[in-house]
Parts: sequence; C-alpha cells; structure tokens
Amino acid sequence: MKPPSPILEVTGLRKSFRGPDGQPHPVVNLPSFRLLAGEHRALSGESGCGKTTLLNLIAGLLRPDAGEVRLAGQDLSTLSEARRDRVRARTLGYVFQSFHLLPGHTCLENVLLGMAFGPGEDRARAAALLERVGLGHRLAHWPRQLSTGQQQRVAVARALANRPQLVLADEPTGNLDRVNAREVLALIRDTCREAGAALLLVSHDPEMLAGFDTVQSFHELNRPEVRT
Amino acid sequence: MTLWRLVHRSLRQHALSTVVTAGSLMLATGLLLTVWILRNQAAQAFTDADAGFDGVLGARGSKLQLVLNAVFHLESSPGNLRWDDYVQLTNQPGVALAVPLAVGDNYRGFRLVGTLPSLFEISDEMGVARLTVQPGGRHFDPERREAVVGSFAARRLGLKVGDTFQPYHGLVFDPKARHAETFVVVGLLEPSNTPADRVLWIPLAGLQNLTGHDPAAAQDISAVLVRLDDGSPGAGFLLDLLYNRQGNRLTFAWPIAQVVTELFDRLGWLERVLTLVAWLVAVVAAASVLTGLYNSMNERRRDLAVLRALGAHRRTVLAAVVLEAGTIAALGAGAGLLAHLALMTLAAMIIQSQTGVVLDPWTLDPVLFWGPALIVLLGALAGLAPAWKAYRTDVAEALGHTA
Repeated sequence: MKPPSPILEVTGLRKSFRGPDGQPHPVVNLPSFRLLAGEHRALSGESGCGKTTLLNLIAGLLRPDAGEVRLAGQDLSTLSEARRDRVRARTLGYVFQSFHLLPGHTCLENVLLGMAFGPGEDRARAAALLERVGLGHRLAHWPRQLSTGQQQRVAVARALANRPQLVLADEPTGNLDRVNAREVLALIRDTCREAGAALLLVSHDPEMLAGFDTVQSFHELNRPEVRT
Repeated sequence: MTLWRLVHRSLRQHALSTVVTAGSLMLATGLLLTVWILRNQAAQAFTDADAGFDGVLGARGSKLQLVLNAVFHLESSPGNLRWDDYVQLTNQPGVALAVPLAVGDNYRGFRLVGTLPSLFEISDEMGVARLTVQPGGRHFDPERREAVVGSFAARRLGLKVGDTFQPYHGLVFDPKARHAETFVVVGLLEPSNTPADRVLWIPLAGLQNLTGHDPAAAQDISAVLVRLDDGSPGAGFLLDLLYNRQGNRLTFAWPIAQVVTELFDRLGWLERVLTLVAWLVAVVAAASVLTGLYNSMNERRRDLAVLRALGAHRRTVLAAVVLEAGTIAALGAGAGLLAHLALMTLAAMIIQSQTGVVLDPWTLDPVLFWGPALIVLLGALAGLAPAWKAYRTDVAEALGHTA
C-alpha cells in the first residue's frame, strides 16, 4: 500500500516582527514540520507563543522572512499573491477562535463564502454542510441570532465548504464553554475525517488536545531564539 | 454573484449612510438634469412661441419689452402707437398681415387683449389654425362686447360660454378698479400651449372704449403683430431700416426668435450659476461617498480580512468597494431621474401658469443618459480611496493574529 503523501511540508521557516523598540523579534523558527494527507495533529502551546503566526504562514496570509511552505506540493514562497490566494481558496479551510462570521450574511451565505473563491458556490452542498453540523434549521438565520457554539459550528461548515485538503483550526474552542468546546472539537475532527481532510489544530488547552493521536509541543518544534 | 451579494449586504448593513449619501446624489442629479433640460426646453419653447408672427411694432423702447408684452403677454407696454401708424404699416411692401393689439386691462389678474378677428386667421406652416375655438363657441363680433377666452385662463377663472364678466382697469388686479362694461364669453380657445392660453381676447374697439379710458387715446393701440410675406425676406430689413434706423418714434422688434434668444443669453449667468451649484452638490455628495466608505473601512477591516482568508484576491476586495460606491451613486442617480421628473413637472406648471408656455417634462434629452452615467462614474471614482485602503488591508493583523 502506498504511504500517504505529505499535504504540508515546512522547512527552515522563520518569521520576525518588529517590536516597539524597532528591533526584530523572532516569533517562528521552525526547522522542519510535515503533515500527511488526512492526518490529524494538534500543537500545544500557551497564548502568544507564535502558533497563530505559524498557521498564517502556512495559509499564505503572512510572508515568511525565510524558509519554505509546501502546501499540496506547491511552494507558497515562489507563488504570486494571487496564486497563493487561489491555493488557499481551493486547498485550505480555516477555523478561527473568534469564528469570524460575516454579520451581514446569513448562515447559508457565510458557508457559501467558504466556496465562493474556490470551487464556486453550491447552495445544496452549503445546506448539507449546515445540516451536518446540526444547523439545517438555521440556514436563513443571522450570526447574531445564534449562540457562540452554533456560530462556531457555522464556521466549521464554512471551513469545509471548499472541500479542503487541510483544515487549520486556531484555538477553535477558545471562546466556548466546556460542553460546547467538546462538541465542537468532536465535530471538527469527525467532519474532517469524513471529508478526508488533514487537520492541524493549535490550542493552549490540554483538555482539548486529549483526543488527538499526535500532540506536539509547539515549544519543542519552534526555536525562535536560535539563529540559523 | 458573490460580489453583488457582498455589496448588497454591505449596503444593507450601512443602510443609514447609504440612504443619506444616495439622497445627496439624488439631489445633485435632479438639480443638474433639471437645470440643463429646463434651459434647453425653455429656450426652445419661448423661441417657438412667436404666435405665428415675425415681428412686433411698438412705441420706441426696448425690443425685448415689446416682445414680452405683445407676444408673451408679460411686462407692460412701452407706450402707445397711433392708429395711423398701424395703417401705414399695413401698406408697407412685404407685410402679409398686421394685427393690432391693445392692452391695459385685466379680469382677476388675467390680461385682456383687444384685437381684430384676423388674429384667429393665423395658421402654422402646415396650414393649421394656431388659435381655434372649442366646439360650441365662436369668434367674437368686433362690434359687440364679446370675448374669446384662452383655455388656461378659462380653466382658472371658471369661465364658460355664456358667462359674463366685467373687466378691471390696469394689468394688476385691483377689485376697486372695475369697469362698468360687461362682456359675454362667446368662445373658449383650444389649448395652444402658448401664452395665448392665458389671455381673454376681446374686440379692439371694446377695450379702447372702456369707461375710464382717456377718450383722446381711444384710437391708440399698444402694439402690432406683423407677419411678413414668405417670399419677401428683405421686408424685415426694410422695416428695421424704416422704424429703427431712420425713424425715432417707433421700434420694430424683429425677428422675434432672435429677441427671445437674446433674453436667454442675458439669463445665461443664472443658468451657469445653477449648473455650478448642481455640480458642487454632486462633488460634495461624492465626497460623502468617499468619507462614508473610508471611515467604514475601519470597522470592516475584519470582514475584508476574513474574505481574504477565505481566498478572495485583493482585487476582488477592491472591486467590491468600488462597486459599492458605484451602486450608491447609481441609486442616487436613479432616484435623481425621478427627482428631475418631479422638479421638471413643478417648473413646467409654474412656467405655464406664469407665461402660458408649456414644457414637457417627459421629453428625452441626451443629458438624461450621460448625466446619471457621469454621477455613477464620479461615485465609483470616489470609492477608489477606500477601496485602496481595503486593498492594502493586512489580513493577519486585521484578524487579530500577529503572534
């Protein structure tokens, strides 16, 4: 049987931000990181340690100072911004801690936006995804009419709308109570498994990481203080 | 589809500022179109409203005053002519028809004009009579105290065939200045859409002999409308030479259209000021599109960043903002067309009631197409600055993730 190919390969990735003193402060220095197609992995680490920056670098939302991010076989650093947008629209799903639903759009429209810039809008699929996350009866509702747990479910449906090969989840349960957090986390994992998508989840909450086969400490991977 | 939905939802989310901005653009569009079309239509309508005559002979004075008094039934007469002057004019070569007019009285503010029945013989180029009496009526008998009433005046005064009225002295209605004579309405004119609709036409002698008028001036007339032979284009020049250059007692206003054009040339500054005001309103409205959208960019940064995170290109975000600005402008321009129609209808009503000249608010003019298009373009251009701000949004920062 052919071993699964990597969906994500990170090599020598570095990113710094200028601080108030005007000096660059290294945030990410990741010598190597791989994620196989369909693999679910969690990264743990306290708030502010650079996990989100790593996800933004992987998504092509930030340009690295150095290093390489290969997503679905394509080196993002060699692509134009428009090509990176296209790769993101077709390959990635993103679940944010703050949900980031568009308040002026209904639940269905928010999910449609998840596919609008990639494969194109498919209302039936969007409705089916909302049905899958338990919100089939809330298609025309506005985000403000939903509980926080329900809003994050819509965000999960949106992240899966473009049939992504990789879903990035950034503290997806950070704004939820325990019960909702467990439900949403299970939902993310189940739906990603059903869709055959790889999942890279970052969280500072050990309880949320308990169900993952592979949990890595971001501190052990990331060595911002080391100059290479 | 997605772009339109983004624009639609954003407009709905910012409904108040959308309505206010579109409202100011509506005002600008409506003003611009109305000023522009009113100028063109009014100039055309007034130039055409020559009652079928080529010139006016009157007392020495302003040609414009003469035309306004004799053709448009506005202003006062610059003075009187003697009956001999009229007779002499009719004997001039090239004069096809000369119709004397006497003014100086009114009925409840509507002007009485004494004339001869030959006025009603005037026809247009197609041979159709310009002033025709409605069925059930007839022309007045020049020997009797009878009147034919213009359609607008009849409607306003509530006069119908068989009614009687007593004229009032002067051109301004004064209830205390009523004449003793009674006139009978024998005919109502069909609407001609000319100043004639606002006049009560009575026999020349009837007006000249009203009690209270100076008996010494009973033979005097206010002006003579002159129609020249079509085959004698030099007649106008000859009369101009005779009355305006060689003589110093009378004025021959000819051609009427040119005198009216001079009037509009004199009013050109007003039209330019109004046009400038309309453009200023448009620019201010466009500036409000700019500031409204620009300021809203701060609160919309997160939404725009989410779109980028979902794979939207920078240019998609830019296009959405420009399209939104253009849509606001299009809404304003569309409503501006309706505002123009309302303003134009109002202006036409006022002009008709004041002068008898009828304007058509529904007349198509090229400005109805390029005017709103220019407003939409202006609005879209105003959207460029906020669109650029959206274009440059730092996605990671806007999503609140920098560490």
